[in-house]
Amino acid sequence: MSHVNDAIPARLTTVFRDVFDDDALEVHSAMTAADVDGWDSLTHVRLMLSVERAFATKFTASEIGRLKTVGDLIELIARKTS
Amino acid sequence: MSNDLFADLGWLPRAPADFEARLRGLASGAEGSGLQLLASHALDENRLMKVARYLAKARAAGTALSPLTPFTLGVITNSTTDFLCSAIAGTSPRFGLHVTCVAGAYDQGLQESVDPGSAINAARPNAVLVGIDWRGLGLRPTTRGDEEADAMVAGALAHLNAIRAGIHAGSGAVCIVQTLAPPAERVFGSLDRSVPGSLVSMIDAVNHGIAAAVRDSTDILFDVDGLAATVGLASWHAPSEWNLAKLPFASRLLPLYADHVCRLLASMSGKSRRCLILDLDNTMWGGVIGDDGLSGIRLAQGDADGEAYLDFQQYVLSLRDRGIVLAVSSKNDDLVARSPFREHPEMRVKEEHIAVFQANWNDKATNIAAIARELSLGLQSMVFVDDNPFERELVRQALPEVAVVELPEDPALYARTLGASGYFELTALSREDLDRASFYEGNARRAELQKSVGNLDDYLASLDMEIVLQPFDEIGRARIAQLINKSNQFNLTTRRYSETDVAALTDDPTCFTLQVRLIDHFGDNGMISVVVCRGVGGESWDVDTWLMSCRVLGRRVEQMVLHELLRHASAANAREIVGTFIPTDRNGMVAEHYAKLGFELARRGEDGSTSWRLTVPGTVVTPPPMRVTRIGLP
Repeated sequence: MSHVNDAIPARLTTVFRDVFDDDALEVHSAMTAADVDGWDSLTHVRLMLSVERAFATKFTASEIGRLKTVGDLIELIARKTS
Repeated sequence: MSNDLFADLGWLPRAPADFEARLRGLASGAEGSGLQLLASHALDENRLMKVARYLAKARAAGTALSPLTPFTLGVITNSTTDFLCSAIAGTSPRFGLHVTCVAGAYDQGLQESVDPGSAINAARPNAVLVGIDWRGLGLRPTTRGDEEADAMVAGALAHLNAIRAGIHAGSGAVCIVQTLAPPAERVFGSLDRSVPGSLVSMIDAVNHGIAAAVRDSTDILFDVDGLAATVGLASWHAPSEWNLAKLPFASRLLPLYADHVCRLLASMSGKSRRCLILDLDNTMWGGVIGDDGLSGIRLAQGDADGEAYLDFQQYVLSLRDRGIVLAVSSKNDDLVARSPFREHPEMRVKEEHIAVFQANWNDKATNIAAIARELSLGLQSMVFVDDNPFERELVRQALPEVAVVELPEDPALYARTLGASGYFELTALSREDLDRASFYEGNARRAELQKSVGNLDDYLASLDMEIVLQPFDEIGRARIAQLINKSNQFNLTTRRYSETDVAALTDDPTCFTLQVRLIDHFGDNGMISVVVCRGVGGESWDVDTWLMSCRVLGRRVEQMVLHELLRHASAANAREIVGTFIPTDRNGMVAEHYAKLGFELARRGEDGSTSWRLTVPGTVVTPPPMRVTRIGLP
């Protein structure tokens, strides 16, 4: 994780707060869907599309399918935007 | 990020940064009007969902949501409906509605419609959106002859008509039927257009069939094909989003789609708008008629800028021809404002097309209220177009029911922006609609003003104005000379000076000069006022020149300038300030300038000029709400 841009988690927190409508939410690497209220399959789609827009990038279905934790998402964003 | 007119709803003001806090803090008892105001910003999908969630909670809690009208919409699609439903519900307060969506089961359109006990029929909806795209209608490209293609087209139309018949029988609701956006991927290329078995050809035939069937019924057409073509098929279709979650089109375009759906619902509910109120200077022509004159305004073929205004007038005229009532609200002298209508050969919009013509120096909110009263149309029927963001924001704050179009800077895009706003959407064309404009118009009459609407002080304070006061200098010289030679309306003496003269005034120790800039939260207005006083060092300061750009009228800049003059005159131990008004055919608006600032009339000349006097010691002027920055001044 050391190569990951430190700005990504902070920006991701902004996106998560917007999508889940929860201003107290803080993302961390080990976070999964089970940790967040309302993170169902539909919200997951909205989250992915919102992340794509916020970071001006696009994910493929297989990239999205491999994500297990928020840490995986941070690494994916770092790879796609580096 | 660049602002795309369509995807980002460019005709709406941007959402405030504290949108979420404002939504949470809506005043109890005024939730409906508060929601309408918030939803009238350009909202992205996540914010639309927040409004939708708020609506659902408020309804569950039994909160009265007036003035919003309840509307139940059934939704039948072959795709994921959840996002569509929340985007439509979240958009609906923008149109004075609060929509509850009832979605049919996934890809079960026909079953939902023909079963009287289905969720959609049981909800007794006001309307049902039949939003099935080509993938849900069994259309497959074929090279096995025209008959197979014809059969598929007929089958698709029969399927849609069966759904409509089922809804009519099951709930009596009106159906809103979508046309189909063809996929962006072609098989032959250009030949797809003429090969009957291509998807492009079949979809084209289905769209014609839908339009013909709906035209002869009480149902409503939703031209998704036209919408997708406007934004581009490659932007409309997002294959990865379809694969990921069966989203029928790019989610980036959900706010646009939802706005278009709600336009139709609003029109069905009698809420479409009927009157277009136009500013004149830099909206209907380029330049300022009062300053630039008939030969100076830009409105002509052969000049790119002038053609842009002609195009806008042509579009305005086409709205008028379909029944939209036209009115004018302009800060101008009445005769000056009417002169292009009467004398400019290129004007497309004529005086007889204007039902009410309000050209005066009052604030525009008061004038728009007078126009509405004169026409006996509600404020919610009005659309206001003005290039000046100050006027737009003033009207939005004072009269939130009026739709105020955010205009781009380039006049070439005025018509497209007004068209994109869809404020005049109609679901059916009646004789009465077509004739409405001519019923109201005829004599471009003036409406009587009543009391002012809105609180100007609060509005001015919210603008975060900064005034920059500075003596003449070399950098400002060209612009100072330009203002001195161009300003006709807010110009007390209309004395013209060349750049050389301006340089001499700058160096003259018996002259006090001011160049004034104004910055506000819309941006930097640049240099907007110029003052020259002579007689510095003596007892009496004589205001030789005082002019201001009409663009910043109503901001109390003149009070601030007087406040500054008094400061310096007082420091120089002057006893009085003397001002002169020399009338021309253009500057009638400042005839009472000195009287309004508290000067006493000293002399009336035979040529109609007036002299005014203000005692310096003891005179106090309250400065208006603006920050003051002085450069090169004590």
